[in-house]
Amino acid sequence: MVESGAAQPLLDMQGIGKTFGRGPATLQGLSLSLGRGEFLSLLGPSGCGKTTALRLIAGLIAPTEGRIRWAEPKPRLSFVFQSPTLMPWATVERNVWLPLRLAGRSLAAARGEIAAALRLVGLEAAARAYPRELSDGMKMRVSIARAILTRPDLILMDEPFAALDEITRFRLNEDLLAIRAATGCTVIFVTHSVFESVFLSNRICVMAARPGRVAAEIPVPAPYPRGDAFRGAPDYAALCQRVSGTLRQAMGEAA
Amino acid sequence: MTDPAPLVLAPPDAEERRRRRAGRFERIGRWAFPLAVVLLLLAAWDRIVVWNDIPPYVLPSPRLVIGTLATDWPVLLPALLVTLQITLLALLAAVLGGVGLAVLFTQSRLAEMSFYPYAVILQVTPLVAIAPLIFIYVGSKLAALLLCAWIVAFFPVLSNTTLGLRSADHNLQDLFRIYGATRWQRLRYLQAPAALPYFLGGLRIAGGLSLIGAVVAEYVAGTGGTGSGLAFRILEASYRLNIPRMFAALLLIALTGVAIYGALNLLSYMLLRKWHESAVRRER
Repeated sequence: MVESGAAQPLLDMQGIGKTFGRGPATLQGLSLSLGRGEFLSLLGPSGCGKTTALRLIAGLIAPTEGRIRWAEPKPRLSFVFQSPTLMPWATVERNVWLPLRLAGRSLAAARGEIAAALRLVGLEAAARAYPRELSDGMKMRVSIARAILTRPDLILMDEPFAALDEITRFRLNEDLLAIRAATGCTVIFVTHSVFESVFLSNRICVMAARPGRVAAEIPVPAPYPRGDAFRGAPDYAALCQRVSGTLRQAMGEAA
Repeated sequence: MTDPAPLVLAPPDAEERRRRRAGRFERIGRWAFPLAVVLLLLAAWDRIVVWNDIPPYVLPSPRLVIGTLATDWPVLLPALLVTLQITLLALLAAVLGGVGLAVLFTQSRLAEMSFYPYAVILQVTPLVAIAPLIFIYVGSKLAALLLCAWIVAFFPVLSNTTLGLRSADHNLQDLFRIYGATRWQRLRYLQAPAALPYFLGGLRIAGGLSLIGAVVAEYVAGTGGTGSGLAFRILEASYRLNIPRMFAALLLIALTGVAIYGALNLLSYMLLRKWHESAVRRER
């Protein structure tokens, strides 16, 4: 795995601030650096600006202060939202096709990639189904398949599993790590779950609110692959406790 | 089920039986009850006319209306075809104009600000107030009739389609931005499919309105001769106190309206049945 802040960071943000209208600053002095191949979690309570930070990185909104510096050539991004965000009128296959369709590729020409992406999320049998016929967990898998279709350099995930039940979430966490191992992509993962962030990432940025900023960075040294056994390991429990404590501290500061 | 094996379907419990009864009631009742009401009303109508000895120029019996429909068919059929032609052309124009303007309005804020108020003014002004002017200024009678019917019918298509084009999921719009979609791609792959259910809702209203527009415009035009529609035949029959023919023509107009509504409903169902909540059958 690549060390954090390796030779050339994929992404470097220094002193980022974002204020909406005349309200208080949503983000202030946010600094963050991301190395190629990292799995970084942004962990924090609701309202700490995690999602705003992710939308800034995606280029959907512009910062009011500071600059976002990208590696050259600019990495290709994809985004996974909290809701599956599928087009209800299109089959699974045609939903996954979207990024390539927008790049001008026909369905026939993209079929191989679509099948490969669906195989990675374990849904090759559901290619012709409509989203409404799928469970919430399966819909999220389709959303992930769409995000990995073009083999992007960086995947931004905004609490993708927050609305799922715990059993499904655990399965998807493990599968996400397997997908990452297979594709080697870099991930920024927004979550409010301490356990999820420790299980998935090799670095956690704990965020504080009002104004949103990075309060602490905690590396997760445990090696990949991590399976369900990792959840019972003593270093997992110790890390969770430590991250929990840091999070409480960050929230205490803000209150 | 005559399977002697012990493992057979459990007999339906009370809840299951109740649900099946309710389902059967729903299926049959949807047809049977309106039909029963119509038959009762017709019977009452018929009896009132016969028992009170009401002359046909005051109130014809239903049997006479049906008879007139058959005997006057050579007069009524061409009139029906004329009305139908104007209605369908006006509906087509309403779809083209309504969708075209909706796309324009959602693509250009300037166009929307400039023209939307006029669309509203056209919509809220009663047709009968504008129609006489249209018949003065537009030379061709067909074109004038079409214009009148179009004015009544296009607004629901415009307003519904505009709403639909704007209703695409915000996250999906963001995703299109991240993938660098062009304006045309966004319109075609995201906004148009998202607007389809709204458009179809507007179309159903426009179908009825274009018939109303066609009939009202013809009344205002009031001219006869060849190529006149059902509305003129009703006017003409009323001058001659031919009440049975008035009823027969009215029946034809009503049936045309029902047929248009049914056809548009079917179209809507066919287009949406795979994915939209309004058309997808729920398993109970």
